[in-house]
Amino acid sequence: MSADERCTSATVPDRRDEPWLDGMRTTAAGEVPRVKTRLGALDLLGAFEARWAIGRMEYRVPPGLYAVGEPTAESTVLVTANYKLSFDRLRRVLGGRNAWLLVLDTKGVNVWCAAGKGTFGTDEIVRQVGATGLERIVSHRQLVVPQLGAPGVSAHEVHRRCGFRVVYGPVRAEDLPAFLDAGLRASPEMRRVRFGLLDRAVLVPVELVMGARHMALIAASALLLGGLGLDGYSLANVRAHGLTAAAMVVASFLAGTVLGPLLLPWLPGRAFAVKGAVLGLVLVGAFALGPWPGPVQTGAWLHLAAWTLLVPAAVSFVVLNFTGATTFTSLSGVLLEIRYAVPLQKAAAVLGLGLWVTGLFVR
Amino acid sequence: MRYLERAVTLEIEPSRCNGCGMCASVCPHAVFRLEDHRAVMADRGACMECGACARNCPQQAIRVRSGVGCAAALLAGGPGCAPTCGPKDGPTSCC
Ligand code: SF4
Ligand code: SF4
Repeated sequence: MSADERCTSATVPDRRDEPWLDGMRTTAAGEVPRVKTRLGALDLLGAFEARWAIGRMEYRVPPGLYAVGEPTAESTVLVTANYKLSFDRLRRVLGGRNAWLLVLDTKGVNVWCAAGKGTFGTDEIVRQVGATGLERIVSHRQLVVPQLGAPGVSAHEVHRRCGFRVVYGPVRAEDLPAFLDAGLRASPEMRRVRFGLLDRAVLVPVELVMGARHMALIAASALLLGGLGLDGYSLANVRAHGLTAAAMVVASFLAGTVLGPLLLPWLPGRAFAVKGAVLGLVLVGAFALGPWPGPVQTGAWLHLAAWTLLVPAAVSFVVLNFTGATTFTSLSGVLLEIRYAVPLQKAAAVLGLGLWVTGLFVR
Repeated sequence: MRYLERAVTLEIEPSRCNGCGMCASVCPHAVFRLEDHRAVMADRGACMECGACARNCPQQAIRVRSGVGCAAALLAGGPGCAPTCGPKDGPTSCC
């Protein structure tokens, strides 16, 4: 059994019943499913769920070749990942056009991440070109690969190994129509990544969902620990210290996952650990001096000292973790931050915890 | 937004460069510029070490320690370990 037969007999049947498909296109290498270029309600619901990390592991498209419109042997071939959000974004901008989509098997991971891991890469392009019989379907020898896939793809290697020339398309799918109309030429603006407020805002839900379980666990432990005191364990202590502690944990988490990403350009410093620590200090300041019975009013100086260490350490750590979601942090920079900031965060956390527990027993 | 510029490890060996311009096309931060048919680093500090330029340079003229600059992944598995990517999409997202 050849690679082509395996492909057409195994992957096509289960590709036919997807709601985003629209019939088949007959080619020299067999039938190719056609995709719709308008997103349906199910696509939008799926996108929403993926943003909130609901059932995200199933959000993939079967890899292989797809048709857009009525493509011919001369039509452009656009390469993408099999993460459905990437795939949807691409087909949506192709309304009224004829093209081929070559979907790589990136295990449901988007182009940028998959390129970093190497699953969106030279090997997988060469493999899919062979498995789909692309050279029998198109007469040209050109692939448009998203620029964000370039960290995993070596254009000259692809050419050497399967004869197809890689042309890097724009960073954003929205620019694709202009890129195609300009004869596969990208303006310098199309080649740059951006990281604006909106780009950062869409990342917040996932940060919230992914961290929520840890946060809940820590908040619950703080609530329970707060019941300890000189008079043994009591509910009154839980109310006095445990509730405050749990609230501080939740507030630190929200500051790090929501305010951190949103305020990123305006937080002082370049190191994310510094940005987070500053945000944490502001939070402690608001807690201590705000119009509520905080530690200053109640004379709980040990606890104020504890929070001054704990909150900046925690927010600093959470914001440092956001480096993975950005488009401008380098590996070397992050390693530098880990080398210097993480030991400080740990020391502050241990010291802060010690002060807080001591504060439970000292009046 | 700019990051820790002095940590960047990007290096180019001008004698190997043939001026093809591939590095300038693939770089998402416009780090390279062609001058007299040779690539030069116009904004080295903006480099995020994605490695796209080095991988696509047919002359192997570029060296950079590339990888995903992601603290969560690095803390979990050390450098070179693939992060567990979240369900994020598009140019603004990784691990
Ligand atoms: S990709 Fe390599 S050979 Fe081409 S311009 Fe850049 S450095 Fe020079
Ligand atoms: S490693 Fe990436 S960001 Fe740095 S110069 Fe090369 S392509 Fe640009």
